[in-house]
Amino acid sequence: MRLNDLIKQTCEWLKCSGPYSNIVISSRVRLARNLKGIPFSHWADTKKKEEVLMKVKDAVSSSSYTKNALFLYMADLNNLDKQFLIERHLISKEHALRANHKAVIVGDQEILSIMINEEDHLRTQVMQSGFNLDEAWQIIKRIDKDFEKKLDFAYSEDWGYLTACPTNTGTGLRASVMLHLPALVMSKQINKVLQAITKLSLTARGFYGEGTEASGNFFQISNQVTLGHSEEDLLDNINRIIKQVIGHEQNARRALFEQDRSRIEDRIWRAFATLKNAHIITSKEAVDLFSSVRLGVDMGILKGLDIQTINKIFIYIQPAHLQKLEGKTFSAQERDVKRAEFIRKELAKDMEDK
Amino acid sequence: MLCNICHKNEATVHLTEIIDNQITELHLCEECARQKGAQMEQHFGLADLLAGLADLGQQFEVVGKTETKCPNCSLSYEDFRRIGRLGCSECYEAFKDSLGVLLKRIHGSTQHLGCAPLKKEKETKKQQSEIEVLKSKLQRAIKMEEFEEAARLRDKIRALESKKKK
Repeated sequence: MRLNDLIKQTCEWLKCSGPYSNIVISSRVRLARNLKGIPFSHWADTKKKEEVLMKVKDAVSSSSYTKNALFLYMADLNNLDKQFLIERHLISKEHALRANHKAVIVGDQEILSIMINEEDHLRTQVMQSGFNLDEAWQIIKRIDKDFEKKLDFAYSEDWGYLTACPTNTGTGLRASVMLHLPALVMSKQINKVLQAITKLSLTARGFYGEGTEASGNFFQISNQVTLGHSEEDLLDNINRIIKQVIGHEQNARRALFEQDRSRIEDRIWRAFATLKNAHIITSKEAVDLFSSVRLGVDMGILKGLDIQTINKIFIYIQPAHLQKLEGKTFSAQERDVKRAEFIRKELAKDMEDK
Repeated sequence: MLCNICHKNEATVHLTEIIDNQITELHLCEECARQKGAQMEQHFGLADLLAGLADLGQQFEVVGKTETKCPNCSLSYEDFRRIGRLGCSECYEAFKDSLGVLLKRIHGSTQHLGCAPLKKEKETKKQQSEIEVLKSKLQRAIKMEEFEEAARLRDKIRALESKKKK
């Protein structure tokens, strides 16, 4: 598999096939692991970093879980490719900076990705479509155990897996769920929900993870504590809370439709009309409008439209995807024109098929 | 809306800063936002937050004590406070006392209860941690006011504890 093959496939987290996929986009579990005794990536010299890269590469590529996987040295990638991987949620922003002695391994279905020499020597993540943290955990647990046969991970009886940042020490596990919560935002209940979440040792972030703002009513909720509870317990906690958030969103949707149906329908149809007719559109505007359209499809108001099409457009209108698709680079202004063009074409195609 | 800094490009990034209870809103274009972002990272980041927490652990230490360094990677605790990241896995042993305080502050606990590398999984340890796990589940059930679940967990803990004594 090559990097450019990825653009042709729908990544796992946009398949929209898992449980509650009308509200939950994707579930992700990641584990942070380090090799015993070797300095962490930020503190290691070139030789040590290279040693880690080779050791991990050997162990990981001989595993049966990475058959047909794509192995990429970050230093070999141009900025467009790096941005492309960020947009597909396969690497972090941090991993794209200072690319020397870093690598990423991408499983052929884009369920699995492994960053080598990010903040920790290994950052393994497993993605699932919809609300499915349990499945993601079952998969990543097997993969982690398999890597452990070949790699000596830093571990202490008291403090568990040892990581570069003490906020990950213990299980090294971060479970996160990407939710689409338009009704909670519209009914102005979202801050109350997010505040409550913070009190229960979870944290909410924007679409691209750490340090990003929420856009298009998408929120990523994840656990903050990693030490003092078993993995199953941490997942159990976040699962329970996410279920409640889903319940609140469902109630808010119902209430909005009962009390303010015309206003909501107006908003959805206007969003749809703008997307179908715009000739210049920024990512932010497109994402905000698609949030309304997605709600319209979920609620059965926009009947002719397929949720798969929305997901597809959603990923392709991001800057690097747009440019990869056309095979050349564009300025921000040119992209806004190309983006509008792509959306018009895709929406027209979908309506024709029906 | 045009960017507040260059007044040329369309603003696509919207930033809210709170300094001394003064809220300022900034609307920036991509380019200016990137520059502003670099400044922001400098004056506020996770490293500072962690360093703040780590400082609290240091109050109790004797002033004038020679700086301890990790024997494996030679990172000092001072370095850790500055960058917010440890140097290697051995740092955890080298700064054991200070880190214990810090971990407790971050996670509310200093005892790992999760998975262990295969070779380290021992039966005795497992039984002990099973009780610990149930106890923390019990705490949560009480917090969530799930009293039926709490009662079930309490009975399970009692059963395990009496089994251990035998």
